[in-house]
Amino acid sequence: MKQSPSNSATTGAQKRGALSVDPNAVPRNIADDSKRPQRVVEELAMAKMTRAIYSERQLQQVMDDFWFNHFNVYAAKGEDRYYLTSYERDVIAPHALGKFKDLVTDTAKSPAMLFYLDNFLSADPKAAQRLAQERAMRQQHRGGFGRYPRPMPQQNPTAQKKKQARGLNENYGRELMELHTLGVDGGYTQKDVTEVARCFTGWTIENPRENPEFKFDERIHDPDPKLVMGKKIHSGGMKDGEQVIELLVRHPSTAKFISTKLARRFVSDTPPPALVARMTETFKSSDGDIRAVMHTMIYSPEFWTREAYRAKIKTPFEFVASSVRVLGTEVDTPMPLVQWVGRIGEPLYQCQPPTGYSDKADAWVNTGALLNRLNFSLALAGNKVRGSRTDALALFGTQSSADSRQLLDRAVQLFLGGQAAPNTVETLQKQLNDPQVMQAKLDDPVKQVDLAILTGLVLGAPEFQRR
Amino acid sequence: MSNDDFKHPATKECCEGRRPARFSRRYFMKQGGVAMVGLNTMPAFLRRAIAATPASGKKQLVVLFQRGAADGLNIVVPFGEQNYYRMRPTIAIPEPRRGGADCAVDLDGFFGLHPSLAALGPLFHKNELAIVHAAGSPDPTRSHFDAQDFMESGTPGLKSTDDGWLNRALETIPEENASPFRAVAMGPNLPRMLRGTAPAIALPDVKQFKVMAQNSSMGQVAAGGFEAMYAQSVDHALRGTGTETFEAIDMLRKADPGKYQPENGADYGKSRLGQSLQQIGQLLKADIGTEVLFVDCGGWDNHVNEGGAQGQLSNLLRDLGQGVAAFRQDMGDRMENIVFVTMSEFGRTAKENGNRGTDHGHANCMFVMGGDVKGGKVYGRWPGLNEGQLNDGRDLALTTDFRSVLGEILRKHNGVKELAPVFPGFENDPRKFTGLIRG
Repeated sequence: MKQSPSNSATTGAQKRGALSVDPNAVPRNIADDSKRPQRVVEELAMAKMTRAIYSERQLQQVMDDFWFNHFNVYAAKGEDRYYLTSYERDVIAPHALGKFKDLVTDTAKSPAMLFYLDNFLSADPKAAQRLAQERAMRQQHRGGFGRYPRPMPQQNPTAQKKKQARGLNENYGRELMELHTLGVDGGYTQKDVTEVARCFTGWTIENPRENPEFKFDERIHDPDPKLVMGKKIHSGGMKDGEQVIELLVRHPSTAKFISTKLARRFVSDTPPPALVARMTETFKSSDGDIRAVMHTMIYSPEFWTREAYRAKIKTPFEFVASSVRVLGTEVDTPMPLVQWVGRIGEPLYQCQPPTGYSDKADAWVNTGALLNRLNFSLALAGNKVRGSRTDALALFGTQSSADSRQLLDRAVQLFLGGQAAPNTVETLQKQLNDPQVMQAKLDDPVKQVDLAILTGLVLGAPEFQRR
Repeated sequence: MSNDDFKHPATKECCEGRRPARFSRRYFMKQGGVAMVGLNTMPAFLRRAIAATPASGKKQLVVLFQRGAADGLNIVVPFGEQNYYRMRPTIAIPEPRRGGADCAVDLDGFFGLHPSLAALGPLFHKNELAIVHAAGSPDPTRSHFDAQDFMESGTPGLKSTDDGWLNRALETIPEENASPFRAVAMGPNLPRMLRGTAPAIALPDVKQFKVMAQNSSMGQVAAGGFEAMYAQSVDHALRGTGTETFEAIDMLRKADPGKYQPENGADYGKSRLGQSLQQIGQLLKADIGTEVLFVDCGGWDNHVNEGGAQGQLSNLLRDLGQGVAAFRQDMGDRMENIVFVTMSEFGRTAKENGNRGTDHGHANCMFVMGGDVKGGKVYGRWPGLNEGQLNDGRDLALTTDFRSVLGEILRKHNGVKELAPVFPGFENDPRKFTGLIRG
C-alpha cells in the first residue's frame, strides 16, 4: 500500500539539516525543454515510468508493456522515434485487453511498424516495369493527334538496377509470422515468408517525414495470386494482406504461441503445459479475445500454486517501479529512474531487434545487472535519486527504535509482504548488529542513514528481485 | 620491458634496496627478486600468486566494433585505383607521392592509411599490424541494426540466433575456475556478441564496480549485508549470480586496476574510446584472468559531410589511431599474447553521394594487431573498383568473409579447436584462412 510521506516529515528532516542535498533541486539537463530529437523518447520513457508508478489500472500498464514488447519497435531507427507516441497510445493501448486480431491489423498499418520492419519500402519488383508500360500505352493513345507515336521505352535492365528500382522486402513478412503470430516453429516455410511479403506490398507510409499516415499504394502492390501455407490468396488490393492476417490469427499455432507468452509473463519461465493448453482453448473459442484468455489464466489453479509464487524475476522496469511504489517515493521527475532502468539492463524503447526484450530470468540475472540493482536499492532508499523524494523514516512511523530485530521485521512486513526466507532475515540481522551500523543509531540525525541502509538491503534482497 | 619501466618519477634511482612504486607478478618473475621486497609488505593476493605456478601465457583477444558502418575505402585508401579518385571527387584522400600532411600514409605502394591514422603506420611497417580489405558479412542487408546483429551473432541472415559468436567461442574452451572477468565488455550493457551461456561482465568503469552508499564505510557495510544474504539464499539462480558478483567486486578491488598508469609513454587521449582502451589495458595488467574484451565506438555513419583528409571521419580516426597505438605501446611485452581486431557492420558506397558523404555499402576493412599476427601486409583478394567489379554497381565487393578472419584468430591464437559451434552454417575451412596469424 502506497504511503505518502507527510509534509512534516520532510520539512522536519530539512530543519534538522539531515539531507545535504535538496531533493527538490532537479538539474537542468534532466528538466530540459530543448528540442533535441532524443527528447521525444526521453519523454515517452518518463511518461511510461510515471504511469507504471502511479496508475490505478496496473493491469492495463502491464499489458501495454507486454504488447509493446511483443510488437517491438526500436525508437532509434530513423523516424520511428516520432511514430512511437501514437503507436503506443493509439495502436497498442486500446487493444491491450481486446482482440488479438485488432492488434495485428493495427500494427500492420502503423507507420511505426511499417518503418521499423521496412515494409513501407517493399514493392512488387515488376511494378516499375508495369508502370512504365502503362505510361507508354497512355502516351501512345494521346499521340493520336497527328504527332509522332512515341516508341515504347526500352527495358534496360542495368539502367533499372542503377535507379535502384524498389523490390520486395521480406522483413515484415517474416517477423509477422515468426514473432507476432505463429512463432518460429509455427509451421511456415521460407516460401511462405516471400508470399506473405508479396501480399503486403503496397502497405506503406504516405510520407515518412511530412505526413506519416498509413497509405495503401495499389501501384506497387503485387496483383498476382499467392500461396500462403497452402491457402490461395488472390483477392486483390489491400484484401490480400487482410486475408493473411485473418489466416494467421486463426491458426492454432498462434493460439498456442500467444498463450505460452502470456503464461510465461505472468506465471513462470516454464509455464505448466496444462495451463497453456487451457489458455490456448480459450484463445481459439473466443476468437483471440485477450481478456478472456487472461481470465482463464487467472482462474486456473496453476496460477495460485506454491511453485508459481515468486517464480519470476522482476524485469528491470518492474524492479524500479515496484521499489518506488513500495517506498511511497514522491516522483517529480522520473528521468533518473528511467536511466536506472537502462543501467539495470532494459533501456526503454531501445530494444534493437524485433524480438523485444526477453522474458526469461537469464536475460536479467547477470553480474553487472545485479550490482546495479543493489546500488539502485541503496540510492533510492537513501534518497539519493534526483527528482525523487524518499523518506525511509516516515515509512517506519514512530516505531523507530534501537531494536534491530523489530525494525527488520517491520521492513519485511512493509516491503516483502511479510514473506522472507528465515536465512535472509537472520543474515540481515547479523549485519545490522555490526558496530558501524549500531553506532549510527545512537545519534538522532544519523538515524536516517541507518534506516536507509536497512531499507536498501531489503530492497536488494533476493526475495524482492522476484514476483 | 626494462627496469626503467618501473622507475617512479619521484624515485629516479633503480630499485635496489628500495621498494618499486608499482609491482606485479611479472616483475617478480623477471627479477626473481622476491628477496628485494619484504614479504610482509606484500598484499596477500600477490603472495598467493608467487606461490602459484607462473602465468600460463594465456592468450587474450580484444574486439573493437565500429558501429555505424565505417568507411573502409577512406580508412585504408586504395590510392592505386584510378576509379577511386573519379568516384570521390571531393572526399578522396590524395596519394602519398603528392606529399604533405593530408596525403595517405603509404603501406605497400597500392594501399595507404588515412593520414589521421599515421600513428599506426609504424606498427604496420614493423609487421605487427595486418589489414584485411574487402572483408565483411556476405548478407546483403543494408540495415545497421540487422547487419550489426548478424555480425555479433555470427550467423548472417539468421535472426533467430540468441547468443553471440564470442560467447560461443568461450564455451568451446571450457575453463575450470574461470575468473568472473574472463569476458568483459567495456560499457553499461552486454553486447550481443557476448550474450550466451558463458558468463560475461559489462563494466562501465573499472573504478566504479562496487556497492555504493552514502560513504565508503557504509558502502562496505551494505556490501557485506548483500554478500551474506545472497550467499545464504535458498534462491539457487540468484545465489549463483550473487556469489559471482561479489567475487568479481572483491577481485577487482584487490587488483585495483585503476592504479596502473600507462607505461612506455603511451598516451591514450581523452576520447571515450581512448579511455576505454586505457581501462582495457589496466584490466589486462591487473592479471585477473581476462581472456576476451569488447569495446565499441560510434559515429561512423557519415552520410553527410564525411570529409576527406579533414572532417568528421578524420576526427574519429585520430582518436582511434591514438588509442590503438597507445594500447600497443602500453602493453609492451604483453602484446605477445594479445590479438586486437576491429570490425564494422558493413562498408560504405564507393562513390560519394550528393551530400559529400557516403551511403551504406558492403565490404569493409578489418585491422588485426598482435604478437601472433604476421603484419605488414594487406590481406584478402582486392576485387577492384571498376564499374563491373562493384557490388550491386555501387559498393566494394566482398572477397573475405569476416568469419574466416575471426575463425583463424580463434583457432590459431586462442586455441579454439572446433569452429563449427562458433560459426554454425559456415564452412570454416582452414584452407580459406588468409594466413595472417602465425602457427
